[in-house]
Amino acid sequence: MTDIIHFHDVSHRYPGGHDVLTHVSFSVKQGEMVFLTGASGAGKSTILRLIALLARATRGEVLMQGRNLRQLKPREIPAYRQRLGLVFQDFNLLNDRTVFDNVALPLIIRGHSYRDVGRQVRAALDQVDLLDKEKVHPLFLSGGEQQRVGIARAVVTKPELLLADEPTGNLDPQMAQEVMRIFARFNEVGVSVLVATHAIDLIKAMPYRIVHLEHGRISMRTPIGAHHLGDTQHG
Amino acid sequence: MAKAEAGDLRPGWLSRLAEEHARVFFFSLGKLWQNPVGALLTALVIGITLALPAGLHVLIGNVDKLSYSWEGAAQSSLFLKDSVTEERGRDLAREIEARPGVARTGYISRQQALDEFRKLSGFGDALDLLGDNPLPAVITVTPLRKQTREQVAALTDELAHLPEVDRAKLDQKWLERLYAILDFLQRGVAVVAALLGIAVIITVGNTIRLDIQARREEIVVMKLIGAPDSFIRRPFLYTGFWYGLSGSVVALLFVLAGLAALTEPVRNLAGLYESDFSLAGPSFLAVLEMFGAGILLGWLGAFLTVSRQLGKIEPR
Repeated sequence: MTDIIHFHDVSHRYPGGHDVLTHVSFSVKQGEMVFLTGASGAGKSTILRLIALLARATRGEVLMQGRNLRQLKPREIPAYRQRLGLVFQDFNLLNDRTVFDNVALPLIIRGHSYRDVGRQVRAALDQVDLLDKEKVHPLFLSGGEQQRVGIARAVVTKPELLLADEPTGNLDPQMAQEVMRIFARFNEVGVSVLVATHAIDLIKAMPYRIVHLEHGRISMRTPIGAHHLGDTQHG
Repeated sequence: MAKAEAGDLRPGWLSRLAEEHARVFFFSLGKLWQNPVGALLTALVIGITLALPAGLHVLIGNVDKLSYSWEGAAQSSLFLKDSVTEERGRDLAREIEARPGVARTGYISRQQALDEFRKLSGFGDALDLLGDNPLPAVITVTPLRKQTREQVAALTDELAHLPEVDRAKLDQKWLERLYAILDFLQRGVAVVAALLGIAVIITVGNTIRLDIQARREEIVVMKLIGAPDSFIRRPFLYTGFWYGLSGSVVALLFVLAGLAALTEPVRNLAGLYESDFSLAGPSFLAVLEMFGAGILLGWLGAFLTVSRQLGKIEPR
């Protein structure tokens, strides 16, 4: 399998001088689902930010399907981000628009026709079991439902890579499990998924690779196919 | 796999662009509709700002029209040589009246001129002391109303070279002064219009800036999911378009109201001068120009502001 994302000796320092990532190297294979774990401040979100080009690595290389992201020109960044699906801890939904309009937004940005937008939005909402909520505004939904809307928005364009930053951070355990199951379902149909989470208990029973970060360094990684944290490589 | 499927479903770029513009056209109007008081106040400010130069332009157009009607009143005076007999002078007046571009002529004999001068000047007794009549006979030439200033001047110059004519004088200095004043006013209105145009750009720009601040989170989300700046900018540009258009409508209403208020006094004033002059409203072309200027200024104010503000919002 080819790498969809490859970090090669990446370090990142905040403008204030604090090192948030130090010599990080890892890959996510095409069609793979990987969890990034670690305590708050370990550097999980920074890795996702570097992939989404919300920040640029101070040192090292981040490659998306073999292309060095450092080479992307500013005007190429929106088209690059359209290849990703982003899920956020605080959902980042537009509260003055309906669920349908929120999920439709990435398709409208890409210039899909109205007919196509309607069809694809309903398909995405069906996948997260929110088809009956398409005319509701996000503020009238529970946290779990809002996160599912966020996931539907992220997957509606069938992205090459789904990035989720603490997607269960604001959810109760039952809803958190449901959200993780939704990610797993998308991965089963071939979507590459990278989830940053500190909820080890939630994912340790799941059959996906884990990359664990401590103080900006990779401290442990489970091999592909490992089902629990006991089967690890320290790195 | 996904990309190919999505690509196959997309219609042509032109119809997609048209669909997107139609969507944003109504979306931006809907956004204004959600805040009618704010939108109305902005339109009023723009309307008042546009109404001033537009109104002055219309008034100057009316004065220009009035001066054009006065232009026909310009007369040339041909002072004849003393050797020209009265009979020849009257014949010459008839010959000149037959020329193209001449509406009518009049002949004032030396004696008539003296009598008239005696009556008007108050020097009657002093004139009696003169042995000979010092005044020449005069032919007054009134050109056709459609003649331009240049044509009248050329005709006068031509008549000045007739052998019977000693000197010719074109009596339209006052009209030239009026034209000079009108030129000055038109230039002044252009300067005022330019300054107020900048004011419209600043007004729209500031309104759009506040709008961008209010929708900052929405813009951030759009950037995160891959919206290019052109996509984010578009609704704000249409908002500028709507502000410009609504401001132009308000300005037109102000101008028409102003004209309506002035029509009767102007008619009364013109009547005192035995004129049937009445104020004319802006022409269809002038209205189109005003709307075009308003829309352009609104769009420009939005474009300048949104381009500057978007660069400040992370992620870039």
